[in-house]
Amino acid sequence: MEKESTKKIYWKGLEQLTNDTEFVKHAHQEFAPGPEEDLGHSRRDFLKMMGFGVAAVSLAACEAPIRKAIPYVDKPTDTDPSIANYYASTYTNGGDYCSIVVKTREGRPIKIEGNSLSSVTKGGTSAQVEASVLSLYDNARLRFPRVTENKKATWEDLDKAVIEKLNAIGDGKIIIVSNTIVSPSTKAVIEKFKAKYPGAELLQYDQTSHYGMLKANEESFGKAMIPSYDLSKAKVIVSVAADFLNSWLAPIEFTKQYAQTREVGEDKKEMSRHYQFETGMSLTGANADYRSQIKPSEEGAVIVQLYNLIAAKAGRSTLSGGTDKKYLAQAADDLWKSRGNALVVAGSNDKAIQVVVNGINDMLGNYGSTILPHLPVNYRQGNDEAMTQFIKDVSAGSVSGVIFYNCNPVYDHPKGADLAAGLSKVQLKVATSYKEDETASLVDFIAPDHHYLEAWNDAEPKKNHYSVAQPAITPIFKSRAAQESFLIWAGETNVDYFEVVKNNWKNWFYKSGNFQTWWDTCLYNGVLELTVEESAVSFAGNVDAAASSIASNYKGGSGFEVFVYENGTVGNGSQANNPLLQELPDPITKAVWEHYVTVAPADAKGINFKEAKTEYYTISIPGKEPVKLPVLVQPGQTPGTLGISLGYGRTKAGKVADGIGTNAYPLVNIVNGSLSYSVAGASFERAGERYQIATTQTHQTYMARQTVVQETTLSNFSRTDWKRDFQPKIATWKDPNHKVDPDALSLWKGHDYNNHHWGMAIDLNTCIGCGACVVACNVENNVSMVGREEVINRREMHWLRIDRYYSSDAAVHDVRGLEEAAENPEVVFQPMLCQHCNNAPCETVCPVAATTHSTEGLNQMTYNRCIGTRYCANNCPYKVRRFNWFKYHDNSQFEKVNPAMNTDLGKMVLNPDVTVRSRGVMEKCSFCVQRIQNGKLQAKKERRPLKDGEVITACQASCSTGAIVFGDVNDPESRISKLLKITPRNPERPNGIDKIAGNPRAYQVLEEVGVKPNIWYLTKVRNKEA
Amino acid sequence: MIKVSLYSLHKSISILVLFFTFSLTFAQQIPTEPEAIADGESLFNANCKTCHRVHQKLVGPALANVYDRAPSIDWLKAFIRNSAAVIASGDEYAVNIYNEYNKTQMTAFTGLKDDQIMNILAYIKAETEKGPPVAATTAAAGGDGSGSGVPSEYLNIILIGMLLILVLLVIILIFLVSALKRFLDQKELSEEDKEVVHSPFTLSTISRSPGFIFIVIFIVGSLGFKAVINGLYSIGIQQDYQPKQPIAFSHKLHAGAYEIDCKYCHTGVLKGKSATIPSVNICMNCHRSVKTESPQIQKIWAAADWQPETLSFGPNQKPIEWVRIHNLPDLAYFNHAQHVNVANIECQTCHGPIEEMEVVKQYSLLTMGWCIDCHRKTDVNTRGNAYYDKLVELHSASNKQPMKVEDIGGLECAKCHY
Repeated sequence: MEKESTKKIYWKGLEQLTNDTEFVKHAHQEFAPGPEEDLGHSRRDFLKMMGFGVAAVSLAACEAPIRKAIPYVDKPTDTDPSIANYYASTYTNGGDYCSIVVKTREGRPIKIEGNSLSSVTKGGTSAQVEASVLSLYDNARLRFPRVTENKKATWEDLDKAVIEKLNAIGDGKIIIVSNTIVSPSTKAVIEKFKAKYPGAELLQYDQTSHYGMLKANEESFGKAMIPSYDLSKAKVIVSVAADFLNSWLAPIEFTKQYAQTREVGEDKKEMSRHYQFETGMSLTGANADYRSQIKPSEEGAVIVQLYNLIAAKAGRSTLSGGTDKKYLAQAADDLWKSRGNALVVAGSNDKAIQVVVNGINDMLGNYGSTILPHLPVNYRQGNDEAMTQFIKDVSAGSVSGVIFYNCNPVYDHPKGADLAAGLSKVQLKVATSYKEDETASLVDFIAPDHHYLEAWNDAEPKKNHYSVAQPAITPIFKSRAAQESFLIWAGETNVDYFEVVKNNWKNWFYKSGNFQTWWDTCLYNGVLELTVEESAVSFAGNVDAAASSIASNYKGGSGFEVFVYENGTVGNGSQANNPLLQELPDPITKAVWEHYVTVAPADAKGINFKEAKTEYYTISIPGKEPVKLPVLVQPGQTPGTLGISLGYGRTKAGKVADGIGTNAYPLVNIVNGSLSYSVAGASFERAGERYQIATTQTHQTYMARQTVVQETTLSNFSRTDWKRDFQPKIATWKDPNHKVDPDALSLWKGHDYNNHHWGMAIDLNTCIGCGACVVACNVENNVSMVGREEVINRREMHWLRIDRYYSSDAAVHDVRGLEEAAENPEVVFQPMLCQHCNNAPCETVCPVAATTHSTEGLNQMTYNRCIGTRYCANNCPYKVRRFNWFKYHDNSQFEKVNPAMNTDLGKMVLNPDVTVRSRGVMEKCSFCVQRIQNGKLQAKKERRPLKDGEVITACQASCSTGAIVFGDVNDPESRISKLLKITPRNPERPNGIDKIAGNPRAYQVLEEVGVKPNIWYLTKVRNKEA
Repeated sequence: MIKVSLYSLHKSISILVLFFTFSLTFAQQIPTEPEAIADGESLFNANCKTCHRVHQKLVGPALANVYDRAPSIDWLKAFIRNSAAVIASGDEYAVNIYNEYNKTQMTAFTGLKDDQIMNILAYIKAETEKGPPVAATTAAAGGDGSGSGVPSEYLNIILIGMLLILVLLVIILIFLVSALKRFLDQKELSEEDKEVVHSPFTLSTISRSPGFIFIVIFIVGSLGFKAVINGLYSIGIQQDYQPKQPIAFSHKLHAGAYEIDCKYCHTGVLKGKSATIPSVNICMNCHRSVKTESPQIQKIWAAADWQPETLSFGPNQKPIEWVRIHNLPDLAYFNHAQHVNVANIECQTCHGPIEEMEVVKQYSLLTMGWCIDCHRKTDVNTRGNAYYDKLVELHSASNKQPMKVEDIGGLECAKCHY
C-alpha cells in the first residue's frame, strides 16, 4: 500500500507527539489492564458461589413475579402509553436561552431538542440545554417549602410568615436579587410586587457579566443595550478573547450563524475568515483560521492597535497605546477589505475596551449588517455596580429584606463570601431556588420554584421575539412557580401564573381573530415573532478617553496572569450537579469530573504531564485566598498565564458536583466598575502532591494510522483540480504499477440493501467540537455515566466521542518545528462513532453472532446475545465499542455518578425504547435504530414510502451547525446522497453496498483498511493563505 | 294573478324537480353490487359494529330494514353524520329513538361520504335479506390432511411386522438355548462348567448383570437430562398463565356474545407499541347505564368515583390494578401497530380464541422461537402499502415465492433488540 504525501501530523496529546512509552503501551491495548484481579479465590469461595448459584437458580425457577398493568382512570385524549408527545417550550437558565421541543413519554420529559421554528436559535441546542432534562430529576431538589428549621413546611405556613415579615418591613429596602430575567411576564409580576412594597427593588446580576458592553453601548449610542449579531453575514470575524461559540453572550445563536459562513462546497468556494486573539485555548480559538496568543492584560492594547491600524486606512486619527501581535496587521487588512461585512468582538467586560470595539465596528460600517442595534438582546442585563453596592449595603445592615429569585450569588459572585457573612443582618431572607444551594441554605424561607420543564413562563430573548414555556410534566414535588409566590406575597387574588402569562400575551400581542386558536398556535409553535423596525445608530463614543483608561488599567506586571473562564461542560456551575455535563469531556482538554489549572507547555517545564499524571500547584494572588489545583498542560495557551474554569468548587449543589475542585468566582476582579475575569501578579508554586487527572484525551487511539483527519486550505480547495492530499491506493498482483481504490477490492462479493441503506456525512469544516451531540446521544440511548475512577481506567461508555487533534505544519523530522507547533497548534475536531462498516471486522470475530449486519446497512449489537469476549472491540479499527465492566444500573456504587439508572427519580429520564445494558456486554452506536424503526413504522402505518428527513439521529438533531447529516444513500433524492454525490460503484446494482461519494471533500476514515464504512467525513478547509 | 300562478308554477316545477331527483336518487339507492356490499361490510365492522347489529338490539337498535323504517335515506345520512343536530331540530322520529335508547348519543360520523353510507346500507340490506343467522353451524371441516410422507396405516403395518419378527427371533433364540443345553448335557462336563450351564436364569442375575445396569443408568440419565433441559427451557415461559383479575371481566361476554370490536377498548393497538389496557372511562362509556347494579361494575364505579347525579368522575379516583398476563422481557421490543395495523394480523393469531375466554390466559408461547417461526412463515402484507412497493418489485424480480417477513430482514436482531 502506498501512502500519498500528507505532511501534517496529528496528535491527541503531547505524549502521542513525543511517543511516550506509556502512551504507546496503552495505545496497543484498548482497555487498560485495570486494577489487579484478586486471584486468591479459595475453595471456600467456590463453595459459597456454588451455594448461592444453586439457590439463585431454584429461586429463579419459582413462579415469575406478578406484574401489574395499571391503566389511567380517565385517560387524557392524545396521551397514549408508548407514544411520545412533543411540546414546544423554552429553556432559560438565567440569561441563557434556547427555544426547545420536549419529548415526553408517559408524561415524563425524556429528551430535549431544538425548535426550528425559532428564528433566534433556529433549532440549535447546546450540551447544557440537552443535559437540562436530567436536572429535572435531580435528587437534591427540594420536596417541600422550608420555613426556618421546618423542612416540611406547608405553603400556607410559608406565605403567612413571609407576608408577616414583609408587612413588618413596610417601606424598608427589599431587594429581589436575580440573574438576568428574560421573561416579560416575570418582570410584570415583580412590578406588581414592587407596587405593593414600595421599598422593593429588582437587582439583576450575571455570573459572566456583560455589564461593560451595556455601559459602552450606552456611551456609544445613548442606550444601555446589547445588539444582536449576525455572524452569517460576516466575511471576516476578529474576536479578541470572546469565546462566542462556547460561552460568550449567545453561543447557540452564534454557532448556527458561524457554521453558515463555514460551509463550503463545489458551488460555494468561499468562507469566512476567523482571527482569534486569546489567552487560553478556547473552543472558538480552536476553530479559528488564525489564532494568536495574547495575555489577558493585552486585550485592550490589541484592540487599540487594531483601531489604529484601521483608523490609518480610514483616515481617522489614531489613539495612543496599542501593542502589535502576530496576524494583527493581516486581520486589519482583511477587515478593511471586507468592511461592511466584517465583525470585531471582544470578550472583555471592560467598558473602555468595548467602546473602542464599537469604534472599530463603526469605522468598518458593520452596524446594520453584522451588528443589529435595532434588535437588542436581553441575554445579559446584570448590573455589576449595583450588585457590588448591594453586597456592601447588606454588610452595612441597611437592607431589610432580600429575595433571591433563582440565583446563587453566595457561590457565583466574587463577593459571595461577604454576602454570606452579611446576610445575618437582614430581617427577611427568602430564596426561590429549587435546591438548597449555597445561598438558599443561608436564608430563612425557601419557596422552591418549579424546574423550567414543570412551569409556565415566557421569554423575550431579543426585541419582539417572544417565546412561551409550557410545562411538560406535572410538578413532581410540592414546588410552586416563583411568580405565584411573588403574586401571593403581593396580596394579589389572581395568582395562577398560567393565566397571568396568557392574559399578558392577550393584552400585549394578540390582535384579532379567535383568541383560543391564536394562543394554541403560539403554544404549538413555541415562539411568536413580531417585526422590528430597522433604525440606524450613530457612534458617539469617546475612544480617546477609553484608550487612556485602557492604558492606565492594564499594566501586566510581574508574575503570572490568571484568567477565569466558562468551560464547555459545566459552564457557570449552575447545572454542575448534572453528571451528563460532568462526564462530558471538555471540548479542548478532554478532562472529565475535574477542575484544574491550565498552563502553557513553556511554563510546564519540570511538570511530568504524561497520560495526565500531574501535580498540585498553589496559585497565590495578592489579596485573595490561595487556590490549590492540579496542573493541566494546555498547548496553545499563552506562556505566563494560568487558566481556571468557573463552575466547580460547589459545596451544596448535590452529590454529583460537591467537592470537585475549587470555586474560581472569588478570583474575579472589579475593573472600571465591572467584573473583570482576569487578574495579574499571581505566583505559581508546586504544592507537592501527585494527582491523576481523568481525561479521555489519549483513549481509543488508532494504532499508528495517521490519515484519519484530512484538511486543506481554502486557496487550495478553490483550485478546480483540487484533490484530497491522501487518497490511498492498493497495488494489486497484476503489476506494481496497477493500483486501485481500496474500495474496489474485497474478499466478499458484497450484498444488496434492497430497502434502505443508512449512511451519515460529517462535515469537519462545520463541526466546532462543542459536544452537544455527545450529551444528546447519552440521553437518547441510556448511556451509563461511570465516574472519574472508571474514566481513569479507560472505561468511559460514550458511544460518540469527539476526537480533538492538534496539528502543526512542521515536517515529521523537523524536531524544532514540532516543538513550536505545540506552543500554538492548530486544532481539528472529529466526531467518532460506530462507522457501521459494510464489511465490519467486529462481526466476523464474534463467536456467538451477537454483532451482525442488517439489511439496511446497520451494524447491530444484540446485548442479550453477547457473552463479553471483547473480540469485537479488539478488532474494531475505530475503537468505538464500549464494554460494560460493571452493572451500572441499580448499583449503589454508581449512584453518585449515574443517578439516571440508580435512583427512582433519576430513572424517569430513561428512554423506554432503549434497553439498559447490564454487566459484561458490549455496546456501541446503533445509528439510533429506535428512531429508524419508529420512522419506518410511521410511514408504514400511513401506507407511504419513508420521506427523507423523517428519521434523524439524536446527534444530528442536536447539532447546531448542521455538521451531521443522516439519511438513506439508496435514495438518490435524499439530502445525504446529494451532499455526498452518491453513485453506486456498479450501476447494475444500485442497491449494492458499494457506493462512491463524488464530493471531492468526502472521504472515509481508514478507507485503506477496506472495511467500507457507512460514514463519510468531509475534509476540513481552513481559510488560510497558501 | 299571473304572478301568483307563476309563483305556483315555479313552486310546482321545483317540487317536481325535487321529486324527480329524489326518486332518481331513490332509484339508484342501495346498491346491490358485491363490491359495494363488501365495502359496506368493512365500513360497518369498523364504524357501526360496536353499537349495532343487523338482527340484534345492542347499544343501538337492530338495523334490519332500517332503510324502509326510517323516514328517508337522506334522513339516515343526516342522522349518521350528526344525530345530535337532527334530534335538536325536534325531528319526531329521531327524538323517539333517542328516548327509547336511554338518551344515548350516537357518535357523529362526519367523515363518512354519501357513497360510503350507501354501501353500508347495501350491506345491511344484503344481511336483512339473508335473515337472522341459524344458530347451529356446520362444524368446521378439519383433520383430513394430516401431514405428508408415509401414510399412518403403512407405518402401523411396518411396526406390527417388525414386532412379529422380534417375537419370532425371541422364540428361535429360546429354542436355540434349550437345544444347546441339551447338547451340552450329553457331554462330559466339569462341575464348574455344569454350574455355568445350569445357572438359574432369575431376576436377580439379570439385575446384577453389567449390561442391564448400564442400560438402566443410561435410560434414567437420559430422561433426567431431558427433564432438566425441558425445565430450563420453560423458565420464564408463562404459556397458559391465567391469573385472577381484580374485576371478573369476561371477554367471552364482551368480545364473544356482544361482538364488541377489540379496538373499541384496546385503543392503542393501531397506534403504538402497547395495545393498552382500557382506562376506566372506556368502561364507563357503556357501564354508566348498563348493568349498573352488578357488584363487578360497582368496582369500576368505585375506581372512577362515579357520580351518577352529575354523570362525571369524582375526585377520589383509584386506578384498577390489573394483573399483567403477557410479559415480554425488557430486552425485546414488540410493537402492536406494526402487527395489527400494518400487517393486518387478527388479534386471535397470537392471543387465541379470546372471544371464548371467560378469564384471559396467555395462549401463545411468546418465546423468541415462536416469533421467529411466524416471521419465517408469514407473507408480508404489502397490499395497498406504498412503503413496500420497492421491496416487492425487487423481491419478485428474483423470487417466485411470496415475500416473507424474513426476506425483508424480519429475522434481524435489531428489529426487536436495541
